[in-house]
Amino acid sequence: MLRVHDLSVALPDRRLLDGLSFDLAPGERVGVVGSSGAGKSQLVAALLGLTPPGLAVTGSVLVEGTEVVGAGPATWRPLRGRATALVAQDPGTALDPLTRVGRQVALPLRARGVGRARAARRADALLAEVGLTGTGRRFPGQLSGGQRQRVALAMALVGAPRLLVADEPTSALDPTVQAGVLDLLDRVTGPDRAGLLLVTHDLAVAARLCSRLLVLDAGRLVADGPVAEVLADPRLADVVTAARELAVTR
Amino acid sequence: MTEPLLQARGLVHRYRGTTALDGVSLQLRAGERLAVVGGSGSGKSTLARLLLALDTPDAGTVALDGRPVRPGSPRSLRWFRRRVQTVPQDPGRSFNPRMRVGQAVAEPLACLRVPGDHGARVAELLVAVGLEPDAARRWPHEFSGGQRQRLAIARALAPRPDVLVADEPVSALDGVVRLQVVDLLAQLSAAAGLALVVVSHDLGVVQRLCERVLVLDAGRVVEQGPVAQVFTAPASGVTAGLLDAVPALAPAPA
Repeated sequence: MLRVHDLSVALPDRRLLDGLSFDLAPGERVGVVGSSGAGKSQLVAALLGLTPPGLAVTGSVLVEGTEVVGAGPATWRPLRGRATALVAQDPGTALDPLTRVGRQVALPLRARGVGRARAARRADALLAEVGLTGTGRRFPGQLSGGQRQRVALAMALVGAPRLLVADEPTSALDPTVQAGVLDLLDRVTGPDRAGLLLVTHDLAVAARLCSRLLVLDAGRLVADGPVAEVLADPRLADVVTAARELAVTR
Repeated sequence: MTEPLLQARGLVHRYRGTTALDGVSLQLRAGERLAVVGGSGSGKSTLARLLLALDTPDAGTVALDGRPVRPGSPRSLRWFRRRVQTVPQDPGRSFNPRMRVGQAVAEPLACLRVPGDHGARVAELLVAVGLEPDAARRWPHEFSGGQRQRLAIARALAPRPDVLVADEPVSALDGVVRLQVVDLLAQLSAAAGLALVVVSHDLGVVQRLCERVLVLDAGRVVEQGPVAQVFTAPASGVTAGLLDAVPALAPAPA
């Protein structure tokens, strides 16, 4: 599905990502964890061709066999939304405040020539899928943060992507709403469904959904393996200890 | 039972037709650590603002040591601000980037007309929060998020308050740093008999830091009591829902 080799992202004077290599199988669910500034969001941007100008991306990223490092819009057009789709961190800023949510969800379909009525039906079905039946006529500002995050998820799912990339999809949400979004991600991803690359600073969130963890530290991939194995890695002892110390015990 | 230090009675607050807070009362004793939890929109942040006299309630009162607190001019609230301080949520945005750290930490002392040697107090505060005294000469951007939150705590402690009200004081920090700052707050509170009101959606933080918890839902208190008791046997479905929603990390291998 995804093959990353020696991927680096650099400013003129320093590297933000330094020589990352890993593969993702179809339907695989992988968590990307690391502290603030470790390079998690840079990785998401580099994988999806969203690295801001001024940063140099080197190495190789194959999305279903297509090289996307340095690729232009023509290369991305058939991939974006279908091979890969992004659920951004902050649903408050990821949606157009002036467009009704049903239309926003339908937009990617309209852009590829699906008829208005069919796109609208598909958008309604997806909104229902994410538990937002009947909200298509509302504007983002009329929805709560959790509802907006589910709209963003519906939008990402509308092209039936084979890999869903989610960058801290629940960090802006309170626990109850977070649990709903995690359940939803659990339903729509996994073997025989979409793969998931879940970026989070919360180890418990990653462990809830993923079978494998990638750990970034200062731009380097310092661990890659099954969740239990990575959590037992002595190099991560302080992070795992902190997560356990701050876990709720009942 | 000692007299409450900070007391709220029947607080009501409305924003454009919606009632954010609907008759909330609470009592905080000296040195006590109280958490306020609840889902989005439950009224947590509104309550924190009212306790800090940053907003006027539509009904109800806040009193410190029995003296009523009303939002008003900085001068009329000086007595209150010396004793009740706040730690903001986002350490990246709560410092003037063009003010050296020492001056920023000393600012409440100047604003509140606290007498004494401010430079010496700042050095003492920086050490208390685990930074070097010479940090005073540096700029906010030279510090990491966790260090800036330590600076924000130092600034809040400057006038030797009796109460800190903190709305999500560690939610912008990641795991390891979050734990350090939580433990710093606990340690400072214990050492100085400082009372805390901590608004947080992170129940793990609440459990580690606070003794008592108040659960809000739709602007009302649905449950309150000792953290140990409320988290073990929640009486309200709202509390149980919040607890059930927290994803758990598998227990450490024995």
